[in-house]
Amino acid sequence: MIPRALVFGAVPTLFFIAAAGLSFLWVPHDVTDLSIADRLQPMSAEYLLGTDQFGRDILSMLMVGARTSIAVALVAVGIGIGLGVPLGLAAAALRGSLLDEIIMRANDLVFAFPSLVIAILITAVFGPSAVNAILAIGIFNIPVFARVARGGAMSLWTLDYVLAARTAGKGRSRISIEHILPNIANLLVVQATIQFSLGILAEAALSYVGLGAQPPTPSWGRMLAEAQTMIYTHPMLAILPGLAIVLMVLGLNLLGDGLRDLLDPRLRRVRS
Amino acid sequence: MIRATNLSVAIHGTPILQNVSLDIAAGQIVGLVGESGSGKSMTALAMMGLLPDGAVAKGAIQLFEEDLLQTDERRLCAMRGQEIGMIFQEPMTALNPVQTIGDQVSETLTVHGAANGDAARKIARDRLDRVGLGHIGMAAFPHELSGGQRQRVCIAAAIALRPKLLIADEPTTALDVTTQAQILDLLRELSRSEDMALLLITHDLAVVAGMADHVAVMRNGEIVEQGATSTVMRDRAHPYTRALFAASAHQPEQTDMPVSDAILEVRNVVRIYPGRRNGLQRGSPLRAVDGVSFALKKGESLGLVGESGCGKSTLTRAILGLDPIQGGSIVLSGNPVTPHMPRRQRAAIQVVFQDPYGSFNPRWRVARIVAEPFHLLPRRPPDWRDQVADALSAVQLAPGDMKKYPHEFSGGQRQRIAIARALITKPDVLVLDEAVSALDVRIRAQVLDLLADLRARLGLSYLFISHDLTVVRAITDRVLVMQSGRIVERGETPEVFDAPNHPYTQALIAAAPRLDDVENAGDIDA
Amino acid sequence: MLAYLLGRFSSLCLSLLVASIVIFAVVEIVPGDPAAFMLGLNATEENVAALRAELGLTGSVTARYFGWLGGMLSGDFGMSYTYRIPVSELVLDRIWVSLPLAVYALVLSTLLAFPLGMMAAAYRGQAMDVGVMSATQLGIAIPNFWFGMLLQTLFAVVLQWVPAGGFPGWENPGAAFVSLTLPAIALALPQAAILARVMRSALIDTLSQDYIRTARAKGLSQRQAVVRHALRNALIPALTILGLQFSFLLAGAIIIENVFFLPGLGRLIFQGITQRDLIVVESVTMLLVFAVIFVTFLVDVAYAIVDPRLRRR
Repeated sequence: MIPRALVFGAVPTLFFIAAAGLSFLWVPHDVTDLSIADRLQPMSAEYLLGTDQFGRDILSMLMVGARTSIAVALVAVGIGIGLGVPLGLAAAALRGSLLDEIIMRANDLVFAFPSLVIAILITAVFGPSAVNAILAIGIFNIPVFARVARGGAMSLWTLDYVLAARTAGKGRSRISIEHILPNIANLLVVQATIQFSLGILAEAALSYVGLGAQPPTPSWGRMLAEAQTMIYTHPMLAILPGLAIVLMVLGLNLLGDGLRDLLDPRLRRVRS
Repeated sequence: MIRATNLSVAIHGTPILQNVSLDIAAGQIVGLVGESGSGKSMTALAMMGLLPDGAVAKGAIQLFEEDLLQTDERRLCAMRGQEIGMIFQEPMTALNPVQTIGDQVSETLTVHGAANGDAARKIARDRLDRVGLGHIGMAAFPHELSGGQRQRVCIAAAIALRPKLLIADEPTTALDVTTQAQILDLLRELSRSEDMALLLITHDLAVVAGMADHVAVMRNGEIVEQGATSTVMRDRAHPYTRALFAASAHQPEQTDMPVSDAILEVRNVVRIYPGRRNGLQRGSPLRAVDGVSFALKKGESLGLVGESGCGKSTLTRAILGLDPIQGGSIVLSGNPVTPHMPRRQRAAIQVVFQDPYGSFNPRWRVARIVAEPFHLLPRRPPDWRDQVADALSAVQLAPGDMKKYPHEFSGGQRQRIAIARALITKPDVLVLDEAVSALDVRIRAQVLDLLADLRARLGLSYLFISHDLTVVRAITDRVLVMQSGRIVERGETPEVFDAPNHPYTQALIAAAPRLDDVENAGDIDA
Repeated sequence: MLAYLLGRFSSLCLSLLVASIVIFAVVEIVPGDPAAFMLGLNATEENVAALRAELGLTGSVTARYFGWLGGMLSGDFGMSYTYRIPVSELVLDRIWVSLPLAVYALVLSTLLAFPLGMMAAAYRGQAMDVGVMSATQLGIAIPNFWFGMLLQTLFAVVLQWVPAGGFPGWENPGAAFVSLTLPAIALALPQAAILARVMRSALIDTLSQDYIRTARAKGLSQRQAVVRHALRNALIPALTILGLQFSFLLAGAIIIENVFFLPGLGRLIFQGITQRDLIVVESVTMLLVFAVIFVTFLVDVAYAIVDPRLRRR
């Protein structure tokens, strides 16, 4: 049985991914095309969602903005998984060793930092850009995945099948890959959707304060910032990008819940 | 005093109990025996009015004049703890970790308004003394106590208001055998001296045999046989009762093996664990294995018994070459055993673990699971599938099972798969680490038969590690008794069991509940 | 207990030390010459040298680091290049906006989340639970600054109940409180959604524990078992989240202050960034990091009070 949350989550997520994908091939209007004549148009057949104060098509902006948000969050999650999971696996395989101690201490340390503050600091010093936003968000994904991987792996290391693999002469790294990783994949997938959604939110916040992707690349957060002065006269300019963020994040969170129910047979049994 | 009549329980439409009728008189000890999933615990929860959500009960449970199934929740709360107390299997988790034991015992009194404040604490102190915890302060937290002590706290809380009935659901299953004997003695003595009825739920016939006045045997949610303990023990009217008894006392047929030279030699082995790392410092080291020596001869079945924490698991890991040792030597067929020993040597010693559920990677098919030790050979044999099929046949599974996943098998079948995996590299020595401890008694008997048969056919040597004395007696030629990291007694199995020399062995054997005593007692009664 | 606290305290000091090194490195080493960075591309050699001297940026990296660290410890945060006044004065001015805002939001979030989480757990699977869970799912997905914009439009522009932004100062406590209310709600709501979910799952988790069954067997009603046994155990995971939330709230406050034009630390940081006033950015960041790490330490202390198993270590 497919969990309902999975369906409800997959629909908006896939919708935005499809819109972002489509934007590479086609958008209704060029988003770099500033035309004062067409500024602040209401919704019409020509401009489905209207235009902003620079005459840009909102729908096209949202489509390309989805691309920015998804790309930033996705790469940031990739950084977290790529570095965090091996660290977590190594820490669990060498439990109690100095390496484990160092990895976990470093983890605690990064956790103790207020991530958004540091992200602001990094982008401020290195200059605001999408790449720096990715790095700033991605760094804080590393300890998250390291912790999840280590926690899941530690409970597996006590199981008899790992001991059996050791009596079959397999080394720790081989066991980590053959036995541990496939069995913590569930946890990692669920965590990845959560971090993905947090990444979308963080990217929106950074570009809202002008520290994300730079003009003319559209992003949802900057659309909000630009709409702020217009909000009393043209509230739609602020409502539409906000709704896009909410729907995308909501979809990802529901997707994560649904995946957890689907992948965790223990929970499924309780539910049925 | 309490009487269940035609009690039937269904959870979400699935029948769990069917027409259970059970009568417990004041001061009587009633044993309820059955294998896992037979409905023993559900019967007890029904009597407490604590059935899980979605459960529908029919029939009647009369406590004095009241039918508990018709009683409202408020009245049931008043009865629980006051009329009926209950203790559970897992003393490690049965107490609130953030509350002192004094508070948890006196809570029974305060919640029923029997006493308050200092008066309640005074009674709680008295009850804790009564269950043999006079030396433990009221302000102790559960994590500061051992399993047996925690179970005593649970008992103190359950009997604080001197209930008419105490329900004990597998109260000693999680405990060591000597602790089990102490808890059972305490329960028996409390029942007698306080005139409190006791419903003792257990999977262990021997426990019931030594305790109960009256016994009921359950299977698949039904009571198949009940009566006075001596009668049931003697007559065994129902075939299932007979099968249970036969399995409990089962002695696999042992072929006398030609025993020759030592194949595995353990000399003065010391295993020290570094202390717990706490920041940059470490606690004091622990000598888990302290100068152990023995030899396992070719074709021999050697038992290693001891209670939890005695060091037998640590020793096992060292013998398997999983952990380094800090002193002495382990030699297998003339070559030293170390974590870095050559793969070919590792292939000569294989292991079967206790937990039939944690033993296999749930994402692997049986074929891959059984073939994993081929990793120890220079290359996987080309006919590996045939060899896996043969190994499965040897443990009486079908070669077609290769394509299945572990969760498609029962506990007993899983242990067979584990044995097949251990045999695939044709080892000389098989280490059986509590290999049958998690199995129900009838399945256990079958696996023991299989092991005896394999040993005879393949000329294997067994190192059989267990806390269960009955099993060790049934399957080993010689036995080692381990306590606090040392071997305190060794010898031929029958001799050690019949005439133990060391006080610890004597205590262990005296503590282990045995059926043959009862059989003899039954004979005398007759 | 004392050993545990000492351990946590040493970990607090270590975290602060590493944090200070990281921040110092990012701000004063990575951009090369901070003085040149601050003056931008058009600066002449002489201007840069003068600024370097003025800000005390001469000398070796280690000397500068220890000078900065020592200054911080004695309350000297350096001089702001833009304002030409000590950063500590700027911070003291602004902290009385940011800190009350974060605490206000934390209180709102807790007051909202705990009862909601408890009710959802108590009525698990029923309409109440489904409703709370759906609402929190939505709450988590809403960016707090966008929510702030919507609140501002509705209550300040359409209904005109409160001023749209700005801060009147604490001389007028009532007005100050009112002006912090919308930002605090905007900050608190998403956090409350997270906290309510954690509280619910922690409670459901503890309710399935063996000791709850023991309590029920002693004659406690379900409600008594929850109040006397489940709540305190469920508080342990909730505390962890509460500690993390402070960090989120503080960072969130930085952004919310921009929405509501509040003269807090967040505005100060952004002014620092746009005016390339590195000394301000550096010191305020360090202060925020200190606040977060210190709250983490307080949470650890709270653990020891709630959970006796920790006291032994």
